[in-house]
Amino acid sequence: MYTYSDFDEAFVRSRVAQFRGQVERRIDGSLTEDEFKPLRLMNGLYLQLHAYMLRVAVPYGTLNPSQMRQLAFIADKWDKGYGHFTTRQNIQYNWPKLQDVPDMLEALADVGMHAIQTSGNTIRNVTADHFAGAAADEVEDPRAIAELLRQWSTDHPEFQFLPRKFKIAVTGAAHDRAVTKAHDIGLRMVRNDAGEPGFEVIVGGGLGRTPMVGKVLRAFLPKADLLPYCEAIVSVYNLLGRRDNKYKARIKITVHENGLEKIQTLVEERFATIRAGFTGFDQDLLTEIETAFAPPAFAEKSIGGYEAARLANPAFRSWTDTNLAAQKNDDYAIVSISIKKHGQTPGDASSDQMRAMADLAEQYGHGELRISHEQNVILPHVHKADLAKVYAALREADLATANIGLASDIIACPGMDYCALATARSIPIAQDIATRFDELKIEHEIGQLKIKISGCINACGHHHVGHIGILGLDRAGVENYQITLGGDGTETTTIGERAGPGFSADEIVPAIERLVTGYLDLRNDVDETFLQTYRRLGLEPFKAILYPTEDKANAA
Amino acid sequence: MAREFTPKVVTANALLEGDAVWLTENDTWTRNMHEAELITDEAHGDLRLLEAQARADEIAGPYLADAKSGENGPEPTHFREEFRTRGPSNYAHGKQVDLS
Repeated sequence: MYTYSDFDEAFVRSRVAQFRGQVERRIDGSLTEDEFKPLRLMNGLYLQLHAYMLRVAVPYGTLNPSQMRQLAFIADKWDKGYGHFTTRQNIQYNWPKLQDVPDMLEALADVGMHAIQTSGNTIRNVTADHFAGAAADEVEDPRAIAELLRQWSTDHPEFQFLPRKFKIAVTGAAHDRAVTKAHDIGLRMVRNDAGEPGFEVIVGGGLGRTPMVGKVLRAFLPKADLLPYCEAIVSVYNLLGRRDNKYKARIKITVHENGLEKIQTLVEERFATIRAGFTGFDQDLLTEIETAFAPPAFAEKSIGGYEAARLANPAFRSWTDTNLAAQKNDDYAIVSISIKKHGQTPGDASSDQMRAMADLAEQYGHGELRISHEQNVILPHVHKADLAKVYAALREADLATANIGLASDIIACPGMDYCALATARSIPIAQDIATRFDELKIEHEIGQLKIKISGCINACGHHHVGHIGILGLDRAGVENYQITLGGDGTETTTIGERAGPGFSADEIVPAIERLVTGYLDLRNDVDETFLQTYRRLGLEPFKAILYPTEDKANAA
Repeated sequence: MAREFTPKVVTANALLEGDAVWLTENDTWTRNMHEAELITDEAHGDLRLLEAQARADEIAGPYLADAKSGENGPEPTHFREEFRTRGPSNYAHGKQVDLS
């Protein structure tokens, strides 16, 4: 893993010192809230419904055990003993006190972490495939690229006041687990016909108020041109992006309004102008970073005990069926730890659980942890011989829920339980849906199903790309939930279609149950997933299931 | 025709803790909405908000929120404001435990 250079260390420390001074001046009244707000946002500090919230960057979702332990320590010392893993691979603390935040940032700096650019109109934390460096289907580990982008974008003098926030995601695998087509820039590491490494550069994707699937700006960009090309994109956007209307300020609107061709022309022109300024230092730096992401020293030992343990323990077998993914090394597996126990808050882990996961990573996982945008924690390198022990330890920590990719593995934003922007709650809906499917004991029968819930139109819960998306709204002073269907956040990214009128908080869980049990009757066979069935049949049969009385009325 | 003025309270987030506070008739900030000043006159509401805005070293983001008169004092009329008197629904955190 990448460890901070002296430069990183000095930069982060000086930012903490600056922010400490800013907080002091806010508390003694010399800064007003209007003056302080942009400063705190630059450092990841929000003011929410019930308290401040500190959003800590987990760059490309990668953590080492000592960082995870420090996150637990911070949760205990300055918060309420837990943290919330987010859909941008970050962690949020929901209860910090203003005067404590500089100390929290200092504690983060102690383990090479920070909250810089986790908010504000800048380039945000660069996200990556959470299976990076481990996935069997990977062309190249995207984390070195993500780290290079982090260094380039952090405090980039030209890009601190963009028209709006700017999000970049990188994947190195054919199967897109990083939702690259719903980012301002999505980068897919590919090879050209000559076998040379490079990127497919996708631009102008995004969810929120105006969801859009990203468009290919460059089908193949040579690897060495990445930084000048990204700089060209952001620089064109910086000039062209609308500052007159917050809702039209993201690059997706810039691309939509100006057309892809014009953006292409401008980016290529800008790229030609600035390219010579990148004298190769970035490539030397990248080579250095790449060595930091060398694969672990894989152990060689028998995996015989693994199959025996699977046969002996049905609960373990069920967990291995859902929570493991194929590793580059056949003797290894990628373990997804579900932070979605039925009835619990999606993405919330207690400090004890964080420490348990850190211990497991250290003991059995080559010291690596990942946070997924689906709000789970990943141990990317676990030898199959150790899986039974890992499972037993996860059970001890109440982290052994076997539901990855299933109906109860729900993404949910904090919603109106915490967020000042929310229009309705999302957490209780996620809790109730998961609890209900657990009672019915049918989620394994249902199979792969992605339910995603946002508590407002900004779509932090990715509802547009959920197979079933739920959007919480305020309809005449009452919480109301709209359903979208057929969304997909992978390489075949699709924005879900609105099913019809929304449901009240009391009606939404039965509606989802109706929808999912109805799908069981509609599918061709057990292998046809919800999404496949939806794609085959379209909205109508699902609509009939969701709104049965209307159907009868029409028939009458 | 001008819209009829509905009763309001001045509310904000406390500067240090960030939790919801309401302005009382005595110019103090309370964590219990029932103790807030219920404002029934629009001009008085505007004035009280201006006064609240001047107190930057105590609070952040003051605004006028709809409220109604209840048995124990002002009560929220919208669910968002109701949540602010209580705290999140997924844990017993915030005012629902701090005030009890």
